[in-house]
Amino acid sequence: MDRNKVISVKNLSKKFGEFLAVDRISFEVERGEIFGFLGANGAGKTTAMRMLCGLSYPTSGSGTVAGYDIMTQGEEIKRHIGYMSQRFSLYEDLTVWENIRLYAGIYGLTRRQTLRRTVELLDRLQFRSEIHTLVGLLPLGWKQKLAFSVATLHHPEVIFLDEPTGGVDPITRRQFWELIYEASAAGTTIFVTTHYMDEAEYCSRVSIMVDGQIRALAAPAELKRQFAAQTMDEVFRILARDAKRGE
Amino acid sequence: MDTLKAIEIRGLTKRYGSVVALDRIRLEVYRGELFGLIGPDGAGKTTLFRLLTTLIDPDEGQASVNGMDTATEYRNIRKTIGYMPGRFSLYPDLTVDENLAFFAALFETNLHDSRDLIDPIYRQIKPFRTRRAGKLSGGMKQKLALCCALIHRPTVLFLDEPTTGVDAVSRSEFWDMLAELKAKEISILVSTPYMDEANRCDRIALINEGRILGIDTPQGIVTDFDTPLYALNGSDMFGLLKAARRYTGIRKCYPFGQTHHLVTDADFDAARFTESLTAEGFSSIELYPVEAGIEDVFIQRMENGPEQSHIG
Amino acid sequence: MGNFVSFVRKEMLHIIRDPRTMLIVLLMPIVQMLLFGFAISTEINNIDFAVVAPKQSETIRRQVERLAVNDYFTFKGYIAPQTIDDVLRRGDVDAVVVFANDYDRRITDTSGANRSRPAIQLIFDASNPNIATSGSGYIQRVLQQESPLTAAMPETHTMYNPQMKSAYNFVPGIMGLIFLLICAMMTSISIVREKETGTMEVLLVSPARPLQIIFSKMIPYFLLSCINLMTILLLARFALEVPMTGSMFGLIGISLLYILLALALGLFISTIARTQVAAMLVSGMVLLMPVIMLSGMAFPVENMPGVLRAVSCIVPARWYIDAMRKLMIEGVHFDAVLKEFLVLTAMTAILVTVALKKFKDKLE
Repeated sequence: MDRNKVISVKNLSKKFGEFLAVDRISFEVERGEIFGFLGANGAGKTTAMRMLCGLSYPTSGSGTVAGYDIMTQGEEIKRHIGYMSQRFSLYEDLTVWENIRLYAGIYGLTRRQTLRRTVELLDRLQFRSEIHTLVGLLPLGWKQKLAFSVATLHHPEVIFLDEPTGGVDPITRRQFWELIYEASAAGTTIFVTTHYMDEAEYCSRVSIMVDGQIRALAAPAELKRQFAAQTMDEVFRILARDAKRGE
Repeated sequence: MDTLKAIEIRGLTKRYGSVVALDRIRLEVYRGELFGLIGPDGAGKTTLFRLLTTLIDPDEGQASVNGMDTATEYRNIRKTIGYMPGRFSLYPDLTVDENLAFFAALFETNLHDSRDLIDPIYRQIKPFRTRRAGKLSGGMKQKLALCCALIHRPTVLFLDEPTTGVDAVSRSEFWDMLAELKAKEISILVSTPYMDEANRCDRIALINEGRILGIDTPQGIVTDFDTPLYALNGSDMFGLLKAARRYTGIRKCYPFGQTHHLVTDADFDAARFTESLTAEGFSSIELYPVEAGIEDVFIQRMENGPEQSHIG
Repeated sequence: MGNFVSFVRKEMLHIIRDPRTMLIVLLMPIVQMLLFGFAISTEINNIDFAVVAPKQSETIRRQVERLAVNDYFTFKGYIAPQTIDDVLRRGDVDAVVVFANDYDRRITDTSGANRSRPAIQLIFDASNPNIATSGSGYIQRVLQQESPLTAAMPETHTMYNPQMKSAYNFVPGIMGLIFLLICAMMTSISIVREKETGTMEVLLVSPARPLQIIFSKMIPYFLLSCINLMTILLLARFALEVPMTGSMFGLIGISLLYILLALALGLFISTIARTQVAAMLVSGMVLLMPVIMLSGMAFPVENMPGVLRAVSCIVPARWYIDAMRKLMIEGVHFDAVLKEFLVLTAMTAILVTVALKKFKDKLE
């Protein structure tokens, strides 16, 4: 197996009764890549991501995530990935340290590992003075950075981000992308789902799902060339215009 | 009554405890204008909407809608405005038609009176008229909510983040609909956290932390960006970011999609910077001047504070 | 008016579209009535007893026979005195009746020292005190019929509810509970849900008066409660055989008044609570607990310490349950519950006023 292919799926399908939510998708994501996973509402994005995260098993097809088989090793996959969504990631009524300790516990880090990585994390974010602050009292941008760092505390091979920067001010947003770049430069693979095309522009490669299938997959600049479009928004609209499903 | 102005806001301030949600806001929306309120979550957009739709009262300052004061004439204002709150504000357990019927009754009107306004939108959701609103897709929900907000032929429409959580195709369709409504003499105040939607508005206000950072046309606001701006692209993006920040003459460097944007001094020498990057071992470097976008302006104004000339 | 009808129609749709909740609302009174009426009864039924009788004389056998044929008791046999503790502990029997060695002599000899010495001893398993107290009382009464000697004990005679059927007691209590649950909890939840989902903002911004909207919400729940009132009364009369000889007009009139009060309470809660969960907690904890603890439903108000008795006066359910008890079980006329009626009317008036004052047509 190629150690550099962190995600590799072939003809992955998921059926709910007669409804083919995900229709034979195939792609590979390399170590350290920032992979954008786009799609219209109802295109099958969420279903596909659940399979990649080991939360549900595919109806057919094959693939590996972080070296584990998605058909059989869902539990192993969960242990080796990170996940962060805009809605839920940290407990607002716990302090920074309590949140960190909780996640460290969930992923089975030893006490020494926890302490060392906490210090690392707080130094990187320049957060030391806030260790006993309730997360709910932190500004939104800080919360987000903290959520990302906590989600990578167990050094996952790949981290799944669900619409990470929606609704954030432009400066905070950039600070967040810097964290992502840094993680990516350190070898962590980033898998971003979003339906905001300007978020897609930050990815090294993006795939666009329409009606359960991947209709396009390339670097943003390449996609714009292919579809003779100025922005990713246009690319997306060209592809999704003929979507039959979703309404 | 000044009929030229649909909305007039003078020194509006709203506090929640020690938090100043809105700080001396001043802004005007002309009749028939599509006005965009651009800012991130927590900027005070929703508070401003609630003040203008007479749901809450300001601590200081005043505002008028259609020439009527929001504090004293709120009953009359409510008859002339349409409002779509940020959250999905329909009944998910009622069907499309039942929702419409209820809102028609609520505004003491019937569907025929506003046919010309609603029909172009309603036509798109008609195939799902017996479906429960909760089972509609994001885009369809927004269209239904817009229909419900238009049912009594309001002259001013308040749309709080109507496109949040909706995919790009539906968002684009939604903006097309707003353009049509504008053509029918309806004044629209719409908010969005997405800077790329600013260009669909006649005029925009950038708002952050309860303060207005600038009001102008989308073109006007970007031409106001008066420092040189470059885009930088190369093989090791994270390394380039750090390298650019070390270089004197570059005031700011931040990621911007596929490239980094560099805000530089006026005498910045692009060729020399490229050379020094190559010397540091970076490859396939592209460096070229670009025009600022709304986001660049927003970042600049966030750091420099609001420009007095634009709010005075 | 046309608008109002469509508001009510919309509320009806909400209820119909949520069949699970509707089913619970309609079935809850039936289930509670049957549960309290039959399953969780504090009546004495089926008390197993054994007898210790060193000499089984004719009189003793007659006494045992008399107990054994009684529906409430089951005779398990004669046992030796040493095993009393064992059989009670094992739970073989609930009670042991011990006849004295010289039982016959004692009951015939009315003079002398014997008078102060009992001829029969009753040993009860009091791990369930309810069974123990009422059971022993009943056994005593049965035994007394044979030996008038013990006439020294006061003769007790229970009125209104001679069999001491507990269902009687619970019916008014259940009514007090059900109407509060349905009206207060359901209306407050349905109003707060609109706050939570954001539809309230649109409603407030519309020219419609909030009062219209509020009243349109009350009507469907009022109707549901009327259905419940009917079910409860029918069940009470025909399944639990509550006599209901009192004023029917008073019974229904006061119930409707109480329903109204509960609706006002729901409206009041909705002005305080911001989320559906909060509304549920407030109606659950703040309303139901006092109703169960202080209304006289479970514990008699007369036995409470002074402070609690005073507090119970402001619990509407207490007055309602009192009135229902008088009307359903004692069978009195309406004028006998006039006080309760007036108290409830005053409470309703106050609640409606406060709730309407608190309900604003703004968000804060």
